Amino acid sequence: MSNQNGTILSVNDLKTYFQTEDGIVKAVDGISFELKKGETLGIVGESGSGKSVTNLSVMRLIPEPPGKIVNGDIVFDGIDVRTLPMEEVRHLRGKRMAMIFQDPMTSLNPFLKISTQLMEVTQLHLGHSKREAYDHAVDMLRTVGIPAPEKRVDNYPHEFSGGMRQRVMIAMALSCKPELLIADEPTTALDVTIQAQILELIKELKSEQGTSVIFITHDLGVVAGMTDKIIVMYAGKVFESAPTGELFKNPANPYTKGLLKSVPDPAHEEGEDLYQIPGLPPDVANLPPGCPFAERCERTEEICTQEFPPFVQINENHHSLCHFAKEVHAESAGGNA
Amino acid sequence: MSETNGNNLISLEDLKVYFDLGGGGFFDKITGGSGEKRIVKAVDGVTFDIKEGETLGLVGESGCGKSTLGKALLRLTPITGGRAMYRGKDIAHLRDSDMREQRKHLQMIFQDPYASLNPRMTVGNIIGEPIRNFGLADGKSVEKMVQDLMETVGLSRRFIKRYPHEFSGGQRQRIGIARALALDPEFIVADEPISALDVSIQAQIMNLMNELQKEKNLTYLFISHDLRAVRHVSDRVAVMYLGEIVELAEGKDIYSEPLHPYSKALISAVPVPDPEIEAERRRVILTGDVPSPINPPTGCHFHTRCPYAIDDCKTTEPKLVEIKPRHYSSCIRIDADNPNIEEVAG
Repeated sequence: MSNQNGTILSVNDLKTYFQTEDGIVKAVDGISFELKKGETLGIVGESGSGKSVTNLSVMRLIPEPPGKIVNGDIVFDGIDVRTLPMEEVRHLRGKRMAMIFQDPMTSLNPFLKISTQLMEVTQLHLGHSKREAYDHAVDMLRTVGIPAPEKRVDNYPHEFSGGMRQRVMIAMALSCKPELLIADEPTTALDVTIQAQILELIKELKSEQGTSVIFITHDLGVVAGMTDKIIVMYAGKVFESAPTGELFKNPANPYTKGLLKSVPDPAHEEGEDLYQIPGLPPDVANLPPGCPFAERCERTEEICTQEFPPFVQINENHHSLCHFAKEVHAESAGGNA
Repeated sequence: MSETNGNNLISLEDLKVYFDLGGGGFFDKITGGSGEKRIVKAVDGVTFDIKEGETLGLVGESGCGKSTLGKALLRLTPITGGRAMYRGKDIAHLRDSDMREQRKHLQMIFQDPYASLNPRMTVGNIIGEPIRNFGLADGKSVEKMVQDLMETVGLSRRFIKRYPHEFSGGQRQRIGIARALALDPEFIVADEPISALDVSIQAQIMNLMNELQKEKNLTYLFISHDLRAVRHVSDRVAVMYLGEIVELAEGKDIYSEPLHPYSKALISAVPVPDPEIEAERRRVILTGDVPSPINPPTGCHFHTRCPYAIDDCKTTEPKLVEIKPRHYSSCIRIDADNPNIEEVAG
């Protein structure tokens, strides 16, 4: 069970495909990453990049059919999750690995009291009695900062605001002190002041409980302050992976650079046109040969439309999927010097 | 409020939009209700001007009334009190037939490019509808106008026979913009036009809106909860909280030195895409949620969440006053001599 190098999750060459009318959609096509204990990984990408499917695969939540994990290893604390019987997956989910979703209204059952929904988790996984589970539910609500938890625990989801519902979701996810927490766009549906509260809460809980976190988002601002390392996904592939500081400072992939530049920065800018990545994200069912980003990329050369790019190692922890990764990295390093 | 030189396109004076939720009647009393009339003061006395060719950004959290304010400007929701002037005409009190004439000049872009386009109409009909409705053209010439508009917003002319579902979110938003432009308006309310789009597409739409503004001398009210986007596109920014404007200033001023405690908190809550800045930043984390706009807090609406609130804040209603040149804020604890709330509070 125990692991010398402290790795809690390793995903290797994961491929999750979906059978659709338009053919096979390679939603996730050869993703690898490692997460150490207590570490936070950010997965950044636009809609359709495969960031959510990656994590649904880790949780074995891919609907089959039409989806299928066709290749790769998912190892959680020494356990091979991909081949684990469903019965045992259920013992992992909720207890040792938990997930928070974007929309807290659709992920809570509107017909059940919050207490019922929270108690279910610990009764199932920790064998709590009703009384213990109820007390634990109240404690958890207090931990996530819900005022008057003794009263609120018997409310229904609609009686909570969006931010409070997300707190309930976090309370539920953390009920069994999971070792891995996957947060899929947990603040996208929330207002900025509430987003700040929730991000702060996740940070606090992480440092108290030592939970490892995977943070999925399209917002580079959110990952900048929350994560130790980041992978950037595009068209089902990892385009770049690096420690957070390095990725923001010296990106080695034109797509990452474009994303960083297209975020308006209130601090320094004079109202000039914002950098924009031209064109649209590709149709994953009909990917062109060569680099999937080639037709939107500002430094495309002939080779980009013909050959699939290599995953170039820049340094020990920094990789980029680009024919010109080293040059791009050198340029951004030069630009910052 | 600001200098009234001739080129104000839109002027709001003490604009109010209330929604009556009922209550307070005989049956409420006998069924044990509170007996209090429940009124949502979505927009509660808003005064500002928008100049020709300007973009005014309007930011605030959900439920603050920013969308209702935008709709009221086009009279898409009944106005309860005050005045909404467009070129000297009070939109609130125009007859319906006169209002219809004005709609040519006042248009809207919506947040959700999926819900705001009729799925059973072709792009040609969606963009052409206002042109036909107002009799600007007929027959073949409508098609020509539609194709020109499509080109203006960066869509291929060949797509004219296609349906909305054949387009991506960003392209649909372009269709919505083309429709808003069809009548050659002067003023456009853009209600969260980029919130539903991917990051790389958001930049495209913001740039398109900027170009169109320069080309056609458009005036925008840009409503959004995304402060980074608002800062980027706006000349001036108004911050709204529970139906009231709490701060109004030029974009750069409001970001470099926000004066109102709520603006301060709002701006500090925006994550910066730079890990080094993030690591050093001190955030003002507000406690609690935005209170219900049904019977909002007395005095300053923000006092229940304000870290600097004193007893007076519960009773005194603050007014929007000029604290620094062209920088207005509504907080009773600051004034022109003591503009910094942190220093005032000690």
